[in-house]
Amino acid sequence: MPTNVLHPDTWVDKYADYLFNYAVSRVNNAELAKDLVQETFFAGLKSAPNFKGDAAERTWLIAILKRKVIDHYRKINSKKGKAEVKIDFAADSEEGDWLEKRVADNQDRDGEAFLENEELGDAIYGCIEKLPTKQAQVFKMKTIQGMDTEDICNELGINPSNLWVMIHRARTALMGCLNDNWF
Amino acid sequence: MISCDKASEICNKSQYKEAGFWDIWKLRFHILFCKHCSSHTKKNTYLTALCEKANLHTLSAKEKEAIKQRIKEQANS
Repeated sequence: MPTNVLHPDTWVDKYADYLFNYAVSRVNNAELAKDLVQETFFAGLKSAPNFKGDAAERTWLIAILKRKVIDHYRKINSKKGKAEVKIDFAADSEEGDWLEKRVADNQDRDGEAFLENEELGDAIYGCIEKLPTKQAQVFKMKTIQGMDTEDICNELGINPSNLWVMIHRARTALMGCLNDNWF
Repeated sequence: MISCDKASEICNKSQYKEAGFWDIWKLRFHILFCKHCSSHTKKNTYLTALCEKANLHTLSAKEKEAIKQRIKEQANS
């Protein structure tokens, strides 16, 4: 029996950061990622009547965003010439004239590390979401946005002691959560 | 010697480079003798490293408000 219900009013507060981080790490462009997140919410609203309740709200929104990211790459690749990989074998004065030298280097772990970082980001955000709203907000402002303690206190109307207590609780909970889900 | 609570506070501040020089010394001295705080400090520092490695992104409050507004407009249209 479906147990999940949609609450579109809370989507932005609950999932916007998670979806945005997911999108930025896949399209590597903050403005575009923001548009994709917005389009995801629009598409979610449009297809909300078809939501069966089998998946969790976040899983459902992520599935929509994944389609949006794929559509984005399809769109840019369908533009003539952009998808072509041009290799000019003749005009080469640089090192590596032999084709073997152009083959991907097995020792180069950049791609793998990039994927690992994407997954790590998703795992951290998954854990941040489990924190109480205020703790998550303070942690994000301090750790991700790098805001000054004073600015956060002024914006949220708290004192520095409150802030450090919240940071302590958030960090302790995150360590526990990542210990269960990442290591 | 400082208490474990104080050590934890300094440890958290040091993750954001907001701990003073002497406070960091006090913390170092404390974790020489306190296994629990030593382990906590290691994990806490590792969490900072993971967050940096993951290169996390977030939307500002203003950007979220703008999205909320657009969703509202979309829902009403």
